[in-house]
Amino acid sequence: MTEPLLEMTGIGKSFLGVGVLHGVDLTVREGEVHALVGENGAGKSTLMKILAGVHRADAGTVALDGRPVSFAHPVEAQKAGVSTVFQEFNLLPERTVAENVWLGREPRRRGLVDSRRMAADTAALLDGLGVTDIRPSTRIRSLSVARQQVVEIVKAISHDARIIAMDEPTAALADREVGLLYDLVARLKERGVAILYVSHRLKEIFDLADRITVLKDGRLVDTMDTAATNPDELVKKMVGRPISAFFPDPLPGNGTGEVRLEIAGGGNTQLDGIDLTVHGGEILGLGGLQGSGRTEIAHALFGVAPFTRGRISVDGKPVRIRSPRKAVGAGLALVTEDRKTEGLALNQTVLANARLVLDAVRPGSASRRAKRIPEILAALELSSRGTGQEVRYLSGGNQQKVVLAKWLATDPAVIVLDEPTRGIDVGAKQAVYGLMRRLAADGVAIVLISSELPELIGMADRVCVLHDGRIAGELPGGSAEEDVMALATGHTPAAAGPTTPQTPDGAAKGAQS
Amino acid sequence: MTAAVREAPKTAGPPPGRSRGSFRIGTTALVYAALVAILVVGAVLVAADGKNLFSTGNIVDMLTRSSLLGFIAIGQTLVILCRSLDLSVGYVMASCSLIAAMVMNGSEANVPLGIGAALGAAAVVGLVNGLVITKLKVNAFIATLGTGLILKGWLDTEFAGPAGKVTASFQQFGYTRVSVVPLSTVVMLVLAVAGVLYLRKTRGGHHIYAVGGDTDVARLSGIRTDRTIVTAHILCAVAAGVAGLLIAARFGTGSALVYDYGLDLESIAAVVLGGTYLMGGRGGIAGTVAGVMILAVLDTVFNILEVNPFYKDVLRGAIIVVAVAIYARRQLSARPSRVRFAGGAS
Repeated sequence: MTEPLLEMTGIGKSFLGVGVLHGVDLTVREGEVHALVGENGAGKSTLMKILAGVHRADAGTVALDGRPVSFAHPVEAQKAGVSTVFQEFNLLPERTVAENVWLGREPRRRGLVDSRRMAADTAALLDGLGVTDIRPSTRIRSLSVARQQVVEIVKAISHDARIIAMDEPTAALADREVGLLYDLVARLKERGVAILYVSHRLKEIFDLADRITVLKDGRLVDTMDTAATNPDELVKKMVGRPISAFFPDPLPGNGTGEVRLEIAGGGNTQLDGIDLTVHGGEILGLGGLQGSGRTEIAHALFGVAPFTRGRISVDGKPVRIRSPRKAVGAGLALVTEDRKTEGLALNQTVLANARLVLDAVRPGSASRRAKRIPEILAALELSSRGTGQEVRYLSGGNQQKVVLAKWLATDPAVIVLDEPTRGIDVGAKQAVYGLMRRLAADGVAIVLISSELPELIGMADRVCVLHDGRIAGELPGGSAEEDVMALATGHTPAAAGPTTPQTPDGAAKGAQS
Repeated sequence: MTAAVREAPKTAGPPPGRSRGSFRIGTTALVYAALVAILVVGAVLVAADGKNLFSTGNIVDMLTRSSLLGFIAIGQTLVILCRSLDLSVGYVMASCSLIAAMVMNGSEANVPLGIGAALGAAAVVGLVNGLVITKLKVNAFIATLGTGLILKGWLDTEFAGPAGKVTASFQQFGYTRVSVVPLSTVVMLVLAVAGVLYLRKTRGGHHIYAVGGDTDVARLSGIRTDRTIVTAHILCAVAAGVAGLLIAARFGTGSALVYDYGLDLESIAAVVLGGTYLMGGRGGIAGTVAGVMILAVLDTVFNILEVNPFYKDVLRGAIIVVAVAIYARRQLSARPSRVRFAGGAS
């Protein structure tokens, strides 16, 4: 039995009189990966921020190696060996890797910054983690998100961190890049570093964690050994209600109807030979690795980076989409990957955001159509202090519901959802899944882009897998994860032969009116 | 495309264009290249007019013009790098020329005191600017405009004409030359080198980039962001004070009206032309010096050619806009976005 490295006891915290944490206990041992799970609003972030020295606890004690500590500033926490890798990286894009790692405590020689030592020390840290493809002199801006995360972790280690807290570390990573993080976590563990791992992705938790602590509504539910539990039980503890099936079944509707969206031979600088058809009432999944062209298809469809070859038709009518405005006019909707910068005007109200597209594109009928917005928001189970609240105060899941409401208000024929459940809690995910099923039952054609394979396979009727800007193959919903990965990575196994030819030709003929 | 043929792979294998151009010239190098280009074009145009751009008189003219703007732009670079700006520099310059000249009042013994008083007053203005911005959270644009207007009020009411008198020795600062290089240019270059070293070699300099790049990141890294901004403003105001000393040395007296030179906005233009982001966090003084020189060369060339000053302003404006547009493009293209499939519509 290892001595506890970190002991948080009876932590309580409230903001403006609203209790966020109530008597939470958390014990982290040396060299363990400790997962912290719970829905958004369960208090994980607050607990992490208290540990990181961003917030101060109102009640309770934090002890490191048995000695009580209290951090008033992140730098104090770092000096004590507690580093946090937040979801939004604390890196300066215009500065080099070395300058970022040593920011605020640049090594000096005779009063001047010793750039050479800074670079050498950074290189040594990178070597120590087995990272060979990042140079200390590289500007952060030119690194991928996964590499930037490595830099964040290097920065943490440079503080001689004994505990590294990671907030949703895989949220921005593609499946392939997640492997890099797994390796890094394993290496840190070997060194005896404890990792507090906050994540929504159950697979990672069961892959990585030694123990799991579940929070719900600011209270500790349980701390369990990973080996002694299973995903179903964990989900039950998180939401406090049994979820029979994680992905809801299709609702009885009109079934698969007419072709609503057709792309024939679509291509631009990032894509080539894209042939897709989506029927009303159908959910088409787009799979593939990060950068394989999934988001590029969404952007091409929506006129952000239009197709320069091929043609698009919506409901059998050929359309030329040169701008998002044209796309909305043609009956398309796009829920973007990044809701904070592309989906919402954060300092405006729920209602203003929900009306945004209506007011911009259909001013004539905006007021009439906007009458439905409260009803749409209610159907999405938005929890907010009324439609006058600014959306920046909402949780990620509720923000996403506002984005969805914005598009539903336009009555789209085709809705493209790019990573619709990224960074939102289990309950909000269920709401999004339920909504997709309802829309499908109403005859809307849905394109779902997702990095989470279970979601893709569980929700989509068909899955098109992209590889390097082309469609590598098509699989029926419910296919095995391995088959999707095989197509996505470009290794088409011989056995996958029979499942691939789900010819879209028959459907395509219907659209050529 | 012979190189491409030679290296053409035998199979269709490796994806094209994965390597980002390993050789990219930096923005500063680009600004200096532009400076050389403008010098060459200017020299040709002047030669076509039967004159020599590189005559002693013309070189001295270019360098003299550049030193005044240079002092101010060097300081302005520091504040712009930390995402601030200073619109009071012109008024600080005018006030410092008066303070220096009045304290000296023609007495050789008072020269150090005059210099000290002028730069000290400048530092106080910089301190006030910095504190108003960081503590009262007033936007830098408004805060420095405000202090500038307060100084303007003082200058307009108290000084109808020139005031004070500097000594003959102090006037050397304005007129001494080492061969073709005026002393003021030498001082400006020394100040520029000091600034470059400050930014590259001190923690304070590194922190200026951090604060300009992302204040929250800087704060979470333990940097005292307010102190960084205040320091930058003090240094900026002192640099403007040095410009005021140069004015006093050239005129032999203090002058309130020099605030009308428009150096506040021109210095911002020179900084941006030199490749520093107006939004902070990237750039440097080396580029600023080139930006100042480009503006000075343009002025000299247009003066020699006796072109209508209207066209000079049009060209300067156009150059600044084009330069910033080029930087913006480079910024975009720096993001790795490879072209997988060449060719437009089929």
